[in-house]
Amino acid sequence: MAIARTCDHLYVPETPSGADAAPVSPAAPRLERRAGGRLVGGVCRGLAEHLGLEPIVVRLAFAVLISAGVGVVAYVALWLLVPQHAEPEARRDRGQLFAYGALVGGLSLFSWGAGALNWAVWPVVAGGIGVGIIWQQADPERRQRWVRNTQAMWLRSIIGALLVIGGLIAFLAQKVHPGQAGQVLLGSTVVLAGFAVVVAPWLLRMWRDLDVERRERIRSQERAEVAAHVHDSVLHTLTLIQRNAQDPREVQRLARAQERDLRAWLYQPKADAEQDLAAAVRKISAEVEDHHGVPIEVVCVGDCPLDDRLGAMLQAAREAMVNAAKYAETSSLSVYAEVVGDEVAIFVRDRGKGFDLDGVPEDRMGVRQSIIGRMERNGGKVTIRTAPGDGTEVRLEMTRDRK
Amino acid sequence: MTRVVLVDDHQMFRSGVKAELGDSVEIVGEAGDVDEAVEVIKATQPDVVLLDVHLPGGGGVEVLRRVTGAAGRRSGDGASPPETRFLALSVSDAAEDVIGVVRGGARGYVTKTISGPELTRAIGRVAEGDAVFSPRLAGFVLDAFAAADVPSIDPEFDQLTQREREVLRLIARGYAYKEIAKELFISVKTVETHVSSVLRKLQLSNRHELSRWAAARRLV
Repeated sequence: MAIARTCDHLYVPETPSGADAAPVSPAAPRLERRAGGRLVGGVCRGLAEHLGLEPIVVRLAFAVLISAGVGVVAYVALWLLVPQHAEPEARRDRGQLFAYGALVGGLSLFSWGAGALNWAVWPVVAGGIGVGIIWQQADPERRQRWVRNTQAMWLRSIIGALLVIGGLIAFLAQKVHPGQAGQVLLGSTVVLAGFAVVVAPWLLRMWRDLDVERRERIRSQERAEVAAHVHDSVLHTLTLIQRNAQDPREVQRLARAQERDLRAWLYQPKADAEQDLAAAVRKISAEVEDHHGVPIEVVCVGDCPLDDRLGAMLQAAREAMVNAAKYAETSSLSVYAEVVGDEVAIFVRDRGKGFDLDGVPEDRMGVRQSIIGRMERNGGKVTIRTAPGDGTEVRLEMTRDRK
Repeated sequence: MTRVVLVDDHQMFRSGVKAELGDSVEIVGEAGDVDEAVEVIKATQPDVVLLDVHLPGGGGVEVLRRVTGAAGRRSGDGASPPETRFLALSVSDAAEDVIGVVRGGARGYVTKTISGPELTRAIGRVAEGDAVFSPRLAGFVLDAFAAADVPSIDPEFDQLTQREREVLRLIARGYAYKEIAKELFISVKTVETHVSSVLRKLQLSNRHELSRWAAARRLV
């Protein structure tokens, strides 16, 4: 995992990001479409950065060109040919998008004027939109996405195809004499069929290659992750164990720590020890186990998000574990955390030597302050059951706040 | 003496267990994969099979299916003539594995980190027809049966009684059966009855949430 992370860092700083970086660097940034701060395809923004202009200048120019007609072709061509800058996509600014849309619409109406009333224009517009939808999917980044979401891809392709076909039919219906319709249809069908026969195998192969490549990539990523993990942790631990072979306690500690780590990685759902109680209990137990060399068996039932009061409860539980590990002279500890409804309970138990609870001097801070005091300040309850020679169980209970 | 068959695909681990068990049980056979295990168990008719969960050829569940499949699931009342009982032994902590093998018919589940004397005790308990629950298995069962608000199809098997819940919680807290008996003012035999009854519910419950729950915990 560490390897993958390092690689990411290597790639990121190559291209200066952010508009303010452009004037500083002597060479103009490469022409790339920008996913962040884009309105449609990121073409204008990328172009503006490349040319050292404000995006609004380029956008206005394109609005005018698109209204005149030629801009559409130029924009689509740039969209297809210019690679996308590797960065997270930002949300489009819908306000700006609407403003430019209205501008283009208004200009179009002005420049085409009566032309808009000519019905021959609309089939072309419909066909154009259809082609746009289909071609948009040829964008390499988008293709990655629609390979994953095939349903949406089919839907979009069908809508695009319908628009194109509808546009063509409308165009033909207007321009072709009804008597010739049959011949024109036959001719077009023959041409299309020939085209399909030529292109289909190639398309099919490309599709399969893409699929194979995708699977291969996922597999190799998984392999790399496993290898990195095994290398980072397991091999290091084995090396350490060999080096510490004379110290059985240290060897046991290392083996336990590694076992715990590997188990968590293999079997446990990824959880955030900063946010969830069960994960936090596991983490604290691991720390105490590591530090004091006493194996701790942790069982968690239920889970809930952490808050400040539960944080205090965890600190108290930790103190109880440390006490048991240090003074109970036991070979193992049991920790059981349970969330049932709003009731949270943590039990820390050992089969060690136990102690006389009444005999604990007032000044011994561990039990009185760190466990009982902390729990009571936060509205919790502590029950300690112990007797000399009979082990100890510290039971922490708290009712959780519902937000 | 309890006659035991050891099923594990790691030769090293098998020798380790044999050494740890020493003379406390009689090891009558060993096997390293599913086919071998089925053969050895049929040939030797042991009291207890120590069964690894992950085995080449389909895993411990497959061994259970093929050995007990014809006879159906054991009710575990201990009254029927000598029968082979299974104790699952694994390094895996995954709920899917634990619940899976117990639902497959194993009478208990212990992890491979268990000490020799403890393993001997667990084998003895299983041989007598009782169930062996590790704290972790108890935690899993409590978690799996926690969703009490789910409408159950068969209340007899789909819910735990208050007492069974208490027993399981104490197991999860690290109490031994003797300590549980003392805590709840009941006899050790009663504790064993409760645990066996939980085991039966775990095996016979139709709530498919149980399997789904176990599988979902595997998702990362």
